[in-house]
Amino acid sequence: MDRLLWRTPLQPMGGTLLRSKGNYCRGAPGMDLFFVILLEILYAIGSLILISAGLAVVFGMMKVINLAHGEFMMMGGYATITAVNLGVNIFIAMLVVAPIVVGLIGLIVERLVIRRLYGRLVDTMLATWGLSLFFVGLATMIFGNTTTGISTPIPGFSVGNYQISGYNFFIIAVAFLLLAAMFLILKTTRAGLIARGAMQRADMAAALGYSPERIYMATFFCGSALSGLAGAVLAPLVGLVPTSGGAYIAKAFITVIAGGPSLIAGLLSSAGFFGAVNQVFTFAVSPVFGEVALLVSAVVLLRLIPQGITSKFFRGKF
Amino acid sequence: MNGNFQKDVVATVIATALLIWLMPFFINTFTLTVLVVYGMLGLSLGLIWGFGGILCFGQAAFFGLGAYTYAIAAINIGESTVPMLLAVFVPAVFAAMLGAMMFYGRLNDVYLGVITLVVTLILFKFINSTAGPQYTIGNARLGGFNGIPGFQTLNVPGRPDEYIWGDAYFYVCAVALAAVYLLVSALLRSSFGRIAVGIRENETRMSLMGYDVRARKAVLFTVGAAIAGLAGALFANWGEIVTPSLFSLGQSAEIIIWCIVGGLGTRFGPILGAAGLAYLKFLLGQQSMIDNTLIMGLILVLFVLFLPRGAVPTIADLFKRVPQRRRSGHNIRARRLRRKEA
Repeated sequence: MDRLLWRTPLQPMGGTLLRSKGNYCRGAPGMDLFFVILLEILYAIGSLILISAGLAVVFGMMKVINLAHGEFMMMGGYATITAVNLGVNIFIAMLVVAPIVVGLIGLIVERLVIRRLYGRLVDTMLATWGLSLFFVGLATMIFGNTTTGISTPIPGFSVGNYQISGYNFFIIAVAFLLLAAMFLILKTTRAGLIARGAMQRADMAAALGYSPERIYMATFFCGSALSGLAGAVLAPLVGLVPTSGGAYIAKAFITVIAGGPSLIAGLLSSAGFFGAVNQVFTFAVSPVFGEVALLVSAVVLLRLIPQGITSKFFRGKF
Repeated sequence: MNGNFQKDVVATVIATALLIWLMPFFINTFTLTVLVVYGMLGLSLGLIWGFGGILCFGQAAFFGLGAYTYAIAAINIGESTVPMLLAVFVPAVFAAMLGAMMFYGRLNDVYLGVITLVVTLILFKFINSTAGPQYTIGNARLGGFNGIPGFQTLNVPGRPDEYIWGDAYFYVCAVALAAVYLLVSALLRSSFGRIAVGIRENETRMSLMGYDVRARKAVLFTVGAAIAGLAGALFANWGEIVTPSLFSLGQSAEIIIWCIVGGLGTRFGPILGAAGLAYLKFLLGQQSMIDNTLIMGLILVLFVLFLPRGAVPTIADLFKRVPQRRRSGHNIRARRLRRKEA
């Protein structure tokens, strides 16, 4: 029973997250099944957090929806694979090279395009959608329309009857470490203070002498770097094609919008909600049904609380 | 319905006749047919976005729904008249429900965008996963990723053996587009259309004046979906196969690009944008040096940055040489339309 989590039918390769060994007995679920389901839910939440973090930072700070976010992730993946092929250690490639490369690309994009469109939400959405097509085309021209990939650097192990990919733990760890780091930076550093101030009242921050232009530039760099990191970390799990980004953008978009105004609480709550919904329905029915359930629950949630979860609950948190 | 509209009708009929006569000299009718169909699809979004201010990221959903409805009904019925009607009706009903759900919840801008996008994705994922033999509607297998081939194509109403194809099908599509264009013109001249534009300009003001904004937006949304559904059915007849890619995000993106490039707030702009860009894509598809998607993306970015009003209004201004006052009024309106969404 494959768990086709973040894969579209276009990507035949990729890591199988969970494979049953021997009998898969639905009749008598033991501790191991419970553990596996819990792990899968955590993994789903973790990857949703990873996928959405970059978009959330940019949207939360700048009220800009970057629809090229998926392509930033795709480029993070390609940066990693290229670096690994050049002989760089895979963890350095994922955690250092990819974020920097994609961050720099983001910086260029911000200077050339986004900067001209601040305050025009719909126009930025359209322009970044155009950018996403542009990057897909560019990647197709450079890397070709074929699937590339690298193998997961961490071996799997078994829990009871189940084979578990050790890489899942890595993703969960990276996601939650990322959240913790974001929280600490926002809460304790001076840059975080300025960022929070600009998030609440950009005009006030400007009046106090902090150039919004520079804050936005830095934010977009950070957001792009996060997208690159996410794409890099998820790259070993998916067969990378130039159109890979399309698989992420809708989920990231939903998670960020449903999360609402608070950055970290919003990310946690909406990723938690959607990840749980996805996995519960995946186990109960089928992976496709899990995906559809995620999307349907997003529609219902947005209909009920369009301003996002954190507009109603956890108010005033980050 | 005043003298102005009669002039519109005459102009449309003459222009359509001329184009039907002249265009096949330049482009073969097979390609022209799909350009016409895309024109209709562009017009459907141009109506609800340009005149109603509803930015739908999922116009492809209705297009695909129309195509699939036609294909499934045609297999089951074996004659094309009822399937054509169903292909308009089913997307319209779907849009009415979706629209009521969204507009009565007073969703706007981004939230509207997310929901329409998500609904398109749901349809895409669902249809994509229906490859197994258990997914059938009547005699029609949904076919999943492979789509549905081999359905009854358009025939003379009542005579299932007399197919309409080739040049004749191009004429049918072109006339259908002209008819839809006139229908949209009539709608926009009616009080409903004017109120829709009013809602686009200022929703609060219109609702304070006593108009039921939610119902009117839902109705406009439905009309747009019906047109998209018709375009979908015509596309299915043209391609003789329907596949899930009709629902894809790429398709939705393209429709939006057509409208932006052609010009929002005009009836002709989206049609021209659709036909022009689709033809450009067709030409670009014949070379392999530069990737197609790259150019489409670049066009969208450049238009949003430098020509946000689109080609048709800009060119129209150049030709009209209208007095400065009116032109700036037009500019402000276009800008306000975009601001309001922001």
